[in-house]
Amino acid sequence: MVRDETLPDGEITHYLRYTWKKKIIMLGLMMMTAMLALYAISAGSAELSPWQVLLTLLGQTEGQSKIIIWSIRLPRVLAAMVAGIGLAVAGAVMQTILRNPLASPSTLGIAQGAAFGAALAIIGLGAGSTPSTGGGALLINSPYLVTISAFVAAMLTTMIILFLAQYKGVSPESMVLAGVALGSLFSAATMLLQYFTNDVNVAAVVFWTFGDIGRASWGELGIMFCVVFGSLLFFLFNRWNYNALDSGAETAKGLGVNVESTRQWGMFFASLITATVVSFLGIMAFIGLVAPHLVKRLIGGDNRFLIPASGVMGALLLLAADTLARRIIAPVVLPVGAVTSFLGAPLFLYLLVRGSKLR
Amino acid sequence: MILSVNGIEFRYGSRPILENIGFTVQRGEFLSILGNNGAGKSTLLKTLNKILSPKKGSILLDGQEVSKLSRLAIALKMAYVAQNYESNRQTVFDAVLLGRKPYIKWEATASDLALVQGVLAKTGLEEFALRYLDELSGGELQKVVIARALAQEPEVLLLDEPTSNLDLRNQMEVLKTIQTAAKEKNIAVIAVMHDLNLALRFSDKFMLLQNTKVFVAGGPEVMTAENITQSYGVSVSVERVRNQIVVIPM
Ligand SMILES: Nc1ncnc2c1ncn2[C@@H]1O[C@H](COP(=O)(O)OP(=O)(O)OP(=O)(O)O)[C@@H](O)[C@H]1O
Ligand SMILES: [Mg+2]
Repeated sequence: MVRDETLPDGEITHYLRYTWKKKIIMLGLMMMTAMLALYAISAGSAELSPWQVLLTLLGQTEGQSKIIIWSIRLPRVLAAMVAGIGLAVAGAVMQTILRNPLASPSTLGIAQGAAFGAALAIIGLGAGSTPSTGGGALLINSPYLVTISAFVAAMLTTMIILFLAQYKGVSPESMVLAGVALGSLFSAATMLLQYFTNDVNVAAVVFWTFGDIGRASWGELGIMFCVVFGSLLFFLFNRWNYNALDSGAETAKGLGVNVESTRQWGMFFASLITATVVSFLGIMAFIGLVAPHLVKRLIGGDNRFLIPASGVMGALLLLAADTLARRIIAPVVLPVGAVTSFLGAPLFLYLLVRGSKLR
Repeated sequence: MILSVNGIEFRYGSRPILENIGFTVQRGEFLSILGNNGAGKSTLLKTLNKILSPKKGSILLDGQEVSKLSRLAIALKMAYVAQNYESNRQTVFDAVLLGRKPYIKWEATASDLALVQGVLAKTGLEEFALRYLDELSGGELQKVVIARALAQEPEVLLLDEPTSNLDLRNQMEVLKTIQTAAKEKNIAVIAVMHDLNLALRFSDKFMLLQNTKVFVAGGPEVMTAENITQSYGVSVSVERVRNQIVVIPM
């Protein structure tokens, strides 16, 4: 590193330059996401040019392209972005407050809880349906019941973990282990439910667990948006607390942080995001784990930048995965959850080996 | 009297760790807490800033009962450096900036940055400013956590074995920095020390803990060969060499 000895406040200058780099990387990620979003809206069985898309979004066109964009493609693209932001931010916060690199929505049993809730609704409460020839989407005939049941089960998982932490004084490590245990408990329960039901219901459950961005309508998108951005705001208000927690619980207490309540509220909002996204769209593995880690490799662990940048990275990854899932063997749409892992894992391994070059 | 401690009791389960501990510290004073391993020194420091709550007794920080203060209110007056600390993927600058946490509302101000810069200079950490903590040596990391506590601008500084990882020169320099800060800014320093000679060199007052209780406390006059021998169970001789009191194990 070349040091400028003439500046009286050399370290500050270097530090500000270093934080600038982080902001520029974040800006770059945002621009990539915006460009990908434009492409994702224009690509599909009815090809539209990016220019047409822009005009339509600005309300300058009429007719078929307007309908396709406003009622099909735009909600899908926005849902991918909002869900990606939510899952990634939830993962970043969980990793920080539990001080565990493996903490994420799917490793803490929340996703499995949601899947169990969905299975219970489909099989136990009869939200599944009689055979139909119209493809997967028709297998579930009361989606709201499934969504609500999944949400309740996911939040229940969280509440059990938080209850253990609050009243039994369980350490963060034990919280992670408790999450893993609950996750496998719920997976087993889901399997049992599937074992004792008919093929159609099993198919419906499996179909539900494959995350599908296309399930979101404008109304659901609105709810997801409020939950994700409300929680994000909460996380940003707490970013200094999370930085302090990252230095260990005792140090954080010495810095004036209410460690227990910071952990519990952080976990609560991270779980709320996960439960909402997963119960609307199904399980999208890996985003919550991989996006924060990718960002940490790029710009380090400072939560002031990690949280927003993880959000952007999550949006980018999920949007990329969904676009790929739609386009790669079109018109067949692959399950986006599988694609997220296919896309994320190699990228992650690459960065793990290459390390970080910023500074 | 910035800190006044009276009749503290603490136990882990049914095992008493601290019994009837009492002492006072003035602004600008350097108090060394001494005693063998497991005597309860770290436990005492943790009760002082409410990381642990004593079962009995009172701790008055600038006249206010610590148990009734919020963590933030305590952090504005008292900084704590633990015996064990963790490294992570933060830069040194960010780690020291975290010392400003109690004062930061939404974002660090220019004066926070300037203060961090000053502390880095004082502790000789400038060249490490943008290094990640997990890329530092044990001693460098120890200087960072001490620098963070200085950046907190406390009125009381609690240090648990602040020089355990430092080489001879850094031991002297860091303690000198702390001592200077204490005198200039009128900070009370309470440090757990194992090196008796360093303690003798830098502190104004001493407290020897033994077996959950205060064995002796007072100025340099309590650091006699007899007291030290009894407290540590090792026979020592205390001598004056070139105007410096030194303890020599026999
Ligand atoms: N979490 C705990 N649970 C039970 N006992 C504990 C716990 N922490 C410390 N102790 C015990 O309390 C006693 C005092 O511990 P403390 O850490 O205060 O000692 P210390 O004087 O700081 O020792 P050292 O010089 O080795 O740092 C020790 O006997 C220790 O075993
Ligand atoms: Mg100790």
